[in-house]
Order: sequence, then C-alpha cells, then structure tokens
Amino acid sequence: MSMEMKNTQGVESAVMPRSLGANDLRAEDHCIKVRNLDLYYGGTQALKDVNMDIARKRVTAFIGPSGCGKSTLLRCFNRMNDLVSSVRIEGRIELDGEDINDKSVLVAQLRQRVGMVFQKPNPFPKSIYENVAYGLRLQGVKSRRTLDDVIEKALRGAALWDEVKDRLHDNALGLSGGQQQRLVIARAIAVEPEVLLLDEPASALDPISTLKIEELIDELKDKYTIVIVTHNMQQAARVSDYTAFMYLGKLIEYDATNRIFTNPSEKMTEDYVTGRYG
Amino acid sequence: MNDRMKAWWRSGSPWIWLNAAAVSASLVMVIGLLILTAYNGLGHFWPHAVWQFDYRAPGDSQVTRLLGEVTDTEETTVERMQHAGVELPDDIGETLDRFLLKTGNRDVSGLDFRWILEPLIVERGKPRKLVVFERTEWGNFYGFLKDIKQDGNVVTEGEAAWMELQSRLEHVGKLRKQIRRIEKGDIGAVNYSIEQLRLDRRRLELDGDDTPDRLAELQRRRDALQADFVVLQQKLDAKYREMAGDSVTMTVMGGRDVDIPLSRIVRAYRPNDMGLLQKAGFYLSKLWEFVSADPREANTEGGIFPAIFGTVMMVMLMSVIVTPFGVVAAVYLREYAKQGPLTRLIRIAVNNLAGVPSIVYGVFGLGFFVYLLGGNIDQLFYPEALPAPTFGTPGLMWASLTLALLTLPVVIVATEEGLTRIPSSIREGSLALGATKAETLWRTVLPMASPAMMTGLILAVARAAGEVAPLMLVGVVKLAPSLPLDGNSPFLHLDRKFMHLGFHIYDVGFQSPNVEAARPLVYATALLLVLVILVLNLAAISIRNRLRERYRELEQ
Repeated sequence: MSMEMKNTQGVESAVMPRSLGANDLRAEDHCIKVRNLDLYYGGTQALKDVNMDIARKRVTAFIGPSGCGKSTLLRCFNRMNDLVSSVRIEGRIELDGEDINDKSVLVAQLRQRVGMVFQKPNPFPKSIYENVAYGLRLQGVKSRRTLDDVIEKALRGAALWDEVKDRLHDNALGLSGGQQQRLVIARAIAVEPEVLLLDEPASALDPISTLKIEELIDELKDKYTIVIVTHNMQQAARVSDYTAFMYLGKLIEYDATNRIFTNPSEKMTEDYVTGRYG
Repeated sequence: MNDRMKAWWRSGSPWIWLNAAAVSASLVMVIGLLILTAYNGLGHFWPHAVWQFDYRAPGDSQVTRLLGEVTDTEETTVERMQHAGVELPDDIGETLDRFLLKTGNRDVSGLDFRWILEPLIVERGKPRKLVVFERTEWGNFYGFLKDIKQDGNVVTEGEAAWMELQSRLEHVGKLRKQIRRIEKGDIGAVNYSIEQLRLDRRRLELDGDDTPDRLAELQRRRDALQADFVVLQQKLDAKYREMAGDSVTMTVMGGRDVDIPLSRIVRAYRPNDMGLLQKAGFYLSKLWEFVSADPREANTEGGIFPAIFGTVMMVMLMSVIVTPFGVVAAVYLREYAKQGPLTRLIRIAVNNLAGVPSIVYGVFGLGFFVYLLGGNIDQLFYPEALPAPTFGTPGLMWASLTLALLTLPVVIVATEEGLTRIPSSIREGSLALGATKAETLWRTVLPMASPAMMTGLILAVARAAGEVAPLMLVGVVKLAPSLPLDGNSPFLHLDRKFMHLGFHIYDVGFQSPNVEAARPLVYATALLLVLVILVLNLAAISIRNRLRERYRELEQ
C-alpha cells in the first residue's frame, strides 16, 4: 500500500486497481457459488435472488448502505443465520461444489472450514494462548508441542507475534482493540480455514489499527479466500480484488474492484461510490 | 427565603439526605443487633462476683445468709410490693431496688433464682474464699470449702484443701476425657460393628442365604467383638471407680454441710479472689469450651460444637446439591428451551417458589422425601433394619435436600441472569470457530457465568443457614447422640439426625427447663450463628471474586 493512498480523502482518487491480473471474475477458480438465494426474516425478505461466484484466494468486498443485506449474505456462508430462529433460506450455496445447507453437512465442521471475524473484537476471557488454542482444542489437539507451533504460526500470520510473545499467558482482554482484533484473526486462521469472512473488521478500530488490519488482509489472501463486508469505500478499494454492491437485499453489481469504482455499469453503483447517496 | 428553599429542593439535597438517612438507619440497626447479642451473650462467660448477703426475708424475723450472683437489678415501688402482700418496714421511702440473685445449688435449695429486696439486706460482702463449682448436672454450686474426703475419710482441710482440690480436679478431668474417649470412640465403634453384624445376619436370613457356615462366621466375629467389649467395659469400670472415690464437703448457706463427689465437678474457681488476668484466662477457656464442647444439662451448659458442626455440614451438603441442579435448570431454561409462554410460566412459577413459606417446604420434605422416598429406599436397600427406619426418618440428607429445594429458585434466577449477561458476540465467536452449542456452553459460557452462579449460591447459603422451621420436620433434633461424620465407615452418615444452631436457639430459649439460666446462651448462640453465616458467605464471596477476576467481562 502506498503513502498517497493513505492520505487520499476523496472517493475518486482512492479508486485504483490494486492487483493487476485479478480482474476477470469468470476466469477465476470459484470457491463459493451462490444460486438464486432468497432469505426471509419472518415475513420480511432480506436477500432477493442473489447469484454470485466468489473467487478463490482473492479478496471480495461487499459494499452498500446499511441494511442492504451484505452482512446477512456473509453470515449465510458459515450458516451463522441458523442462530436466528425466524430465518428461512431458499436457494443454494455451494462451497467447493457441496451444498452447505444440505442436511448431511455438520454446521460445526462447516464453520471450521469457513472462519469468521466480527465487527467488534470478541476475544474470550482467557489467556492469549488459550484464545488461539480454542479451535484446535475443539478439534481434539492435545499435544503441547503441536499447539505451541500452530499458535506461534497463527500469531505470526496475524502479525501479532512480536507484540505478545512474552505474555502469551496474560488475559487477552488486556490487549488493545486493534491487537484484540488481530488476535481474533489469529484465532480464526489457527484452524486453517479455506475461507475467512470478515464482517466490518476495522469499523471499531482507530486508523492505525485499521491500517494494520488492511495490511494483514493483503498478506492473508495468498492462503485464504477472503470475503469482507465494509462500510468504508476506500477500504474496499484498497484491499479487495472484487467488489459486490448491494442495495435493499439485491446484488446490484459485482465485478472487479477497479471497474466498480471507475467504470460501473449500473447508475446506482456509480451514485453510491461517488457519494451521492448511502 | 422562598427562592432559596426552592433552589435547595431542586438541587436534590433533600433526596440525598433521605437516602443517607435510610442507609444510616439500616447500619445502626445491624450494628445495634450485633452489639446487643455480643453484649448479652459474651458477658455470660466472665466470672462474675459472688455476693454474700445477710438477709431478713419479709415477714421473717430470722436473718438468713444467701450466696449468689446478682444477675438483674430492678427498681420497684413500695406500694406495688405491699400490694403483692409483702410486709415492709414503713421507713424506706417510696421506691426500692430489688436484685435477682442466682443462688445455684438447685439440688439443695430447689430454687436457682430468687428476688431479694435491697432495704432488707442486713449485711453484704464478697468473701474471697467463696468457691463456685460448675457441675455436670444441677447447675452451679456456691459454698465454702470445708474438707476433701477420699473413700469417706478426710484427707485435707482448710486452705490446703483448695490446692489439693485443684490437683485432684485436674486428675478427674483427665479421667473424664479418657472415659469419654472409650465410651464414644472405642465402645461406640464396637457397638456400631455389632449392629452391622446383626444387620448382616438379618440380610442373610431375608435373602435365604443363611447357611450354617455363614452364620457361624458372623457369630465368630460377633464373639470377638463381644470380647473386645468386655475388655473395654472393664477398663471403663476401673476408671469410674477411680473417679468415684473422691468427694468434697462444702458449707452452704444456712451452715449446712453438703458432700459432692469430685466426678460431678467440671470446674472449681473462687471468682472473688481472681485477678483480672486470671479472669481473662478463665473467660477464654469458657469461650473455647462453648465452641468446642458438647452441650450438658439439656443444652443449658457446656458447648454447642455439635450444633456448629451440623449447621456447617448441612449448608455444605445443600450447596453441593443445589448448585448443579439450579445451574442445569437455568441452562435449560435460558439456552435450550424455546422462549415462549410456557417458559415464561415456568419462570414465574420458579420465582414464586422463592416466596413460599419455608415451613411448607418442611411439610413437603417430610411427606415426600422422608416418608415416600426414604420409605422406599428402606424397603429396597435396608430391609434388614426394618421396622426400624434407616432413611425413612428425618435426617441430614433429607434436611439438605429440603433446603436445596428451598433455595433452588435463588440459584436458578441468579444463573439465568448471569447467562443473559454474556454478550452474544462471545457465543458467536465460539460457534464461528466450529464449536457446537454444547461445546460453547461448556468451554466459554458456563465459566463466564460462574461468578453469577456463585452469587446465587451466596444468597442460597445465607438463606439456608438461617432457616429453622422446615428443619424441625426433616432432621434437626435437640440433642444428637453422634455427629454425622465419624470414624465408622462409611464415615459420612447421611441418615443421622443432627443439631443446628438456629434450632438450638429456639430450644434453649423456649424449651429449656431453666430459661433464666439459659438466656445468655441464647444470645451467645445467636451471635455464633451470625458468625458462621458470615464465614460461609465470606468464603463464597472470595471464590466469586477470584472467578470474576478470571472471567472479567468484556468492557466494550
């Protein structure tokens, strides 16, 4: 990421294709496929006939005004919506060709493959070590050496190792907000998921922490398919390869990030990214 | 002026004053309660001066000599006394004082206490040589030491007798301890084993397994125990004989001599001859006796250790029962049950259970636990003991269960509150890592809710330790022959009846043969009950604080 970009304020100047060679969606290997997805909260429809393919080992951003359904869509990918009893889903979501809503799929196993990081950092009130070990312990890993190795790797992966290596057994709640969020990311990648869902991961953080998270996303995309929901259009432009613009539960436009921000094909998208509403 | 009043009113000061007044009133009452019980209870153990009065009783020309402690002073009018038919001299004015004198010597004079009128006292004094005995029965004894006899022959007389008495009493005390150890410990164990053998034999008969071989084996073991018993009995008899030889002759009021066997005397002291330090030492030893010894004389003398032990034991058992039950119920209600009218109804019912008078729980415990459950347990598991009930009678287990039921709502409500307070982001975080709902509960939610559970338990302990009414129906007795925990396997005897501080207060205060003498003990026991509850609560609170520190909630 360049210095000029950090200083830019206007939407136009932030729009830059950040990874060349990753701008043709159809040419990508698709990790997640969404087909004719409708989602209802009781009587109200929150997602309307969404169809999209998410590219493997790329960063895909969902943007759109509040209440447009971008978080709801994200939470479909690891079936977090199951927790809401009134939710009804129609349509099909495939992860590597497998229907994730099929009865034979175990939700817990799905969630090990599709990790998630939430808006507010939510470390458990345990030590830093135990936070990262949580997912591994769930999988039955008991060997101290394996745990030590994986935890170091995960913390390094989340760019947190150097800051916490001397106090791994301190309470995680003693970390700053930005550190906590990176710890949560470390916790998520410790179980080596295929997909990482980030639900506005930087919205509760200060600018410097935000920058660190964005750099981290950039590093992580070599290994994971990343889907990020964000309110911040500069952020979407900075970190993502592909961007989906949603409005009122509909997927309005979905394309390479540089095209969405410079040359959108829909009028609505253009109005939104240029700040005319939203 | 009016404006200033208005401004003062609007500033909220009156409200603050009102709040502060309410807090102070509560504080004053709590502290007052503690001071009152402490003053009335703890003073009892101090060696009070014993007076000697030469007294001309109303309507009596003779002067009698009285010995005793002044336990109460009261001002009354001459008119009232004359109204009651008391003849008084005319020249004593309008009012007079009267003293309540604890004269002791119940076996000699028949009365423990008597009122005496101050103007009729001819002479008063505190003779230094006056001796007080604490006895194993009949209460205190006041008198002057005349001589010491061994097997009926005088050994020492006069002042030397006092020293001799102390050393002989020490010896008697040792013997008494040994006798107690043999009776309660060794013979108790033998009796317990013999009873077990009897039950074994009965069991064999019931099962039809009573082959001659087995019966002979049982008989052989029984004989061995019987032989042990005979040896112990002989040892015991020797000790009793050794103790019975000594006696002491005392001169009491009216100049009569009374013989008292040393084996009846627990403690002898001369309160008027003691220095402050001696008195303090005496006080501490009495206090220690109070908390560590068994009660004597229908609970009006001695200690209350079995009651302390029973209370603590019962509260602990209750905690062990109520915590898992309450937590499991709360977890189901909050985490698994579908929230709707039915769960709301259950919740209302649970809350209302907390308001049911405790005696109702006692009745339920007696009917359900003792008679139904206990009766069936006896039929199934202890048929050999029937018709004598084992669990089909009030006992420690049923009392603990009844109190667990009584305090269940408190634990459920507190735990539910704790579960509600855990942020959903924590649950989601755990679920998102591939934990199932049950794993999330066990690994994250329940540990985080543990301080709330402890809060529930603290409230439960406070309520259970102070409860008396239901216990009278399901297991508490005036005097339990043995503690529920001892050296005979299975060590913890849940079927035994036990003593309890709360019931002890009631018993000593209202059911005692000598209410006047026992009154200070009521206060002392009450103070101790408060202390026990305090200690139990402090223990629980310190555990909770440690948990809180560990599972500090998210601060954002």
